[in-house]
Amino acid sequence: MGAATTRPDRLERFDRAERNVHWWSAALVGVCLLTAAALYVAPLATMVGRRSLVKDIHVASGLALPLPFVVALLGRWRTRLRQDLRRLNRFDEHDLRWLRSLGRDPWIERGKFNAGQKLNAAFSAGALLLLLATGSIMKWYSPFPLLWRTGATFVHDWVAFALVIVLIGHVGKALGDREALGAMTGGTVSRAWAIRKAPRWLAEHDEAAAGR
Amino acid sequence: MARVEASEAAAGAGGRAGGSVDGIPLGRRVVLGMLGLGAAGIVFGKAIQDRLARLLSPDLAALLPSGGRFRIYSVVGFLPRRSADAYRLRLDGMVERPLDLGFADLTGMPATALTRDFQCVTGWRVADVAWRGVKVRDLLDRAGVRPEATALRIHSFDGVYTESLTLDQARRDDVLVAYEMEGKPLSSPHGGPVRLLVAPMYGYKSLKWLDRIEVLDQVVPGFWEKRDYEIDAWVGRSNGRSDDPT
Repeated sequence: MGAATTRPDRLERFDRAERNVHWWSAALVGVCLLTAAALYVAPLATMVGRRSLVKDIHVASGLALPLPFVVALLGRWRTRLRQDLRRLNRFDEHDLRWLRSLGRDPWIERGKFNAGQKLNAAFSAGALLLLLATGSIMKWYSPFPLLWRTGATFVHDWVAFALVIVLIGHVGKALGDREALGAMTGGTVSRAWAIRKAPRWLAEHDEAAAGR
Repeated sequence: MARVEASEAAAGAGGRAGGSVDGIPLGRRVVLGMLGLGAAGIVFGKAIQDRLARLLSPDLAALLPSGGRFRIYSVVGFLPRRSADAYRLRLDGMVERPLDLGFADLTGMPATALTRDFQCVTGWRVADVAWRGVKVRDLLDRAGVRPEATALRIHSFDGVYTESLTLDQARRDDVLVAYEMEGKPLSSPHGGPVRLLVAPMYGYKSLKWLDRIEVLDQVVPGFWEKRDYEIDAWVGRSNGRSDDPT
């Protein structure tokens, strides 16, 4: 990419489209969680009240959640996003070793994402799809068998519960590595960071730059 | 599992040596696995939830998403509060003698005790809740309902929430104006000092923070009933649900 040649000490980790998907999705998830808390956590529910309005906001932001991702995949700007999705999907020998040692094996050469980040992406994608599906059943329950509404509520509650825990971990990790967080706000990381955190990605990056 | 992964990883590495996207598609499998589990959860969730509610202690159940506890709902932006001393219940409309009763007037009337499951239309159910109050029928008889009346419109002092009952429904033995729950004065979050309890129907019929009972010649849909909930809200026979009757 141009960034690598003009500013060789900085590498572009996430392009504009990816950052937009991330932050729009994060905002919508945030609204969903806040409204969910106002509907679900008893002390908040009594304080905030206005169940009808809060419910409408929750449903609207939930239904809008796939939009940033879908729009990003439709446009010409999808190349980077698709490439990173392939990376997140595939677990190679290094990743499996990462999983077995929980990241402590010193011989792991990390690519652009480590196995924990890949699992987080997969879990979040699965969780959001489940929340969307079960939320839709809760909202439009009439075509479905009677028991499904209770079952959908049950799944919705537990998946949301698990997602909150994973999200706390995700945010905690981001705050613990300001440069990784900077990649999602400004788009780039330093070469020094890439050597430490993603050496195989750096090698790929330099190979591609040299070959161009 | 490990052997399959290893062989697929080898196949993947052989297919695309050196590239950045080699390896097994574990991400996709995690997503598909979650969707499979979720689908099973939708179908079997009610059975699992019922078992969990029985297994977990109430303290633990309060921390986890499960069905066996009260959730406090309010449709306005605050928790309505009124002391027992300041409390008044009005019963008016198509009656011979409109009533305006204080808390002591209610507790002075013949009391009815009732222990029943409480079922919310959103799925949670609390087993064996003990209530105490006055039969709505006794209040209606005291006020003298005029013959052309057919229904009640019930108002909450939250200023927004309303409910409806036909006169036949309101005259049942298990329809109370309740002022005690689990042997204690009804707390504010649970609708105190006085609420309606329509035991055989879903929770939204049991209007909290009871202010006024209006006797009418037609059913006027209540707050949620204007938002697609059913007016005749029998537990297990309405709102697309099949819960055990309460």
